[in-house]
Amino acid sequence: MGQLSIILARCLQAIPTVFGIVVVTFLLTRALPGDPAAYFAGASATPESITEIRAKLGLDQGLPRQFATYLKDLSRGDLGQSISTGQPVAAELLKRLPASLELTLTALFLSVMTAIPLGVLAAVHQDSWIDQLCRFVVTAGVSLPTFFTGLLLIYVLYFLLGLAPAPLGRLDLLHVPPPHVTGFLVFDGLLAREWATAWSAFKQLMLPAITLALFTLAPLARMTRAAMLQALASEYLRTARAAGLSRGRVLMVYAFRNAMLPIITTLGMVFSFSLGANVLVEKVFAWPGIGSYAIEALVVSDYAAVQGFVLSMAILFVLLNLAVDTLYTLVDPRVRIDG
Amino acid sequence: MADTSFMPTLAIAVPRRSAFARGFAHFRYVMTSNPVTFFAFVLFALMTLIALFGPALVPHDPLATLADKALKPPGAGHWFGTDHLGRDVFSRVIVATRLDLLISVSAVAISFVCGATLGAFAGYWGGWFDRLSGRLLDTIMAFPLFVLAMGIVAAAGNTIQNIVIATAIINLPFYARVARAEVSIRRNAGYVQAARLSGNSEIRILLLKILPNTLPPMMVQLSLNMGWAILNAAGLSFIGLGVRPPTAEWGIMVAEGANYIVSGEWWLALFPGAALMLAVFIFNLLGDGLRDLVDPQRRT
Repeated sequence: MGQLSIILARCLQAIPTVFGIVVVTFLLTRALPGDPAAYFAGASATPESITEIRAKLGLDQGLPRQFATYLKDLSRGDLGQSISTGQPVAAELLKRLPASLELTLTALFLSVMTAIPLGVLAAVHQDSWIDQLCRFVVTAGVSLPTFFTGLLLIYVLYFLLGLAPAPLGRLDLLHVPPPHVTGFLVFDGLLAREWATAWSAFKQLMLPAITLALFTLAPLARMTRAAMLQALASEYLRTARAAGLSRGRVLMVYAFRNAMLPIITTLGMVFSFSLGANVLVEKVFAWPGIGSYAIEALVVSDYAAVQGFVLSMAILFVLLNLAVDTLYTLVDPRVRIDG
Repeated sequence: MADTSFMPTLAIAVPRRSAFARGFAHFRYVMTSNPVTFFAFVLFALMTLIALFGPALVPHDPLATLADKALKPPGAGHWFGTDHLGRDVFSRVIVATRLDLLISVSAVAISFVCGATLGAFAGYWGGWFDRLSGRLLDTIMAFPLFVLAMGIVAAAGNTIQNIVIATAIINLPFYARVARAEVSIRRNAGYVQAARLSGNSEIRILLLKILPNTLPPMMVQLSLNMGWAILNAAGLSFIGLGVRPPTAEWGIMVAEGANYIVSGEWWLALFPGAALMLAVFIFNLLGDGLRDLVDPQRRT
């Protein structure tokens, strides 16, 4: 089978998953205790006005009917109205998505760039100081609550040392946001040649990104170390060494390429964690992404906004898993043959 | 474990001791062979004692506010300082232990029991039930789990009980998957067929012959999971779900202290955060020890 058709088949497999996600988010909104109509009607509602609102929201119809309406709205990209801001949920999420993506992707980049060399070195020099360091980072990483790491970093780097700017959003007040191109402020600032703005956005980004990266570092480093150890102990590696290949080639081409598969799988899992941890980090750093939007919505019980957030995060995660699987097919020739 | 039934000579050769004595000997062996595990067990015992008796021992009322003593740094009278309302941080951290442990232990217990049952039935009988439960678990796993927990709490209502349920639901797939895999590989094992031929009912075989053998890998899963469950529950209360002020709970205390970090009052957030970290750390260490205890073959 060709590479393209495998990737296409994998995309088709995602459809039932997406359907399951939509059903769950629908059930979360409709089938659980509490009467949204009474909630929307407010404190001074009469039974008549509640009935009227219920009819208007379509809540007087059967669940299958309501589900059909929900699907129809979704297909038009309509996630409902936020009751606290009165804006369409989809538009607000889209507006805030770049901030969250900028944070998550920067953090993942930092964490991959640190964890993989650390894991590889720890495996190559087993039981050396770097292996001990790797073990320490992994143990600390799984025990540290993200929000706590963030606060510690703020205290040390902002309050004590003054190296980092105040943890108040994406850009300090002195700078005007650059014209919107990608939504990533650092890139947009560079594109608009506003160096000071880009630098300020970069400084604001660093602390939350490091916090999130520390959180995702542990599983990645542990998996890299384990996968490398396994690859190093394998027979094909002994053969490669016996054949007289250079040490660098044995390590990077033969060992690392084979170790990459479990690392990529872990990367997908880590992304799931970091989408959740993102919410916490955004709260700590007052980062105006979709996580803090969801928290604001949770505080005032704004159901449509929370459900829209859950749904879009889940869809984002499915898309990412698709990307990971695609990467897998590109990296591992065996997947192509088996598929 | 099951192998002994096929080696009667060996079973006779070993001097007979009660199951309890053998268990205790093994426990003592694991404890003395690994000081880290011993240390973790001591810390765990201490934490349990604090959870049980802490509220009776604390020097101050965790809810008593003293406006004239607000935001005092750690000192002789208040070991961990006081918060913005003049409450004693030390007393609050100690008292919170019970609630935090209660939330995470009950959440993990629920997902362990439900997940093991679901997975065992799916793995033993297969068929439509297996497919249905598999789909359900896949759907749960398709969500970023913390985000799903937020959604569940938002929909079901903002209470501690729902925090427990949400944490249990997001942990469920891990247990169910391990149980399913472990049961399905033993479904037609020799000792199971022997039990079937000697007239045991299917449910009896599953509960008494297969499930006990799946416990060691389930324990490993439990050990990997416990710390994560505490972090999740504390994360939920950090963003303002479940536990309401003025209740003392580590997550919400860190959240309250977060506002004072930028002005340098570090003790408000540091101590509850450190307590949380220590609890997770103890559970992670303990998990490794527990694995050694129930599964000697995997000991490293």
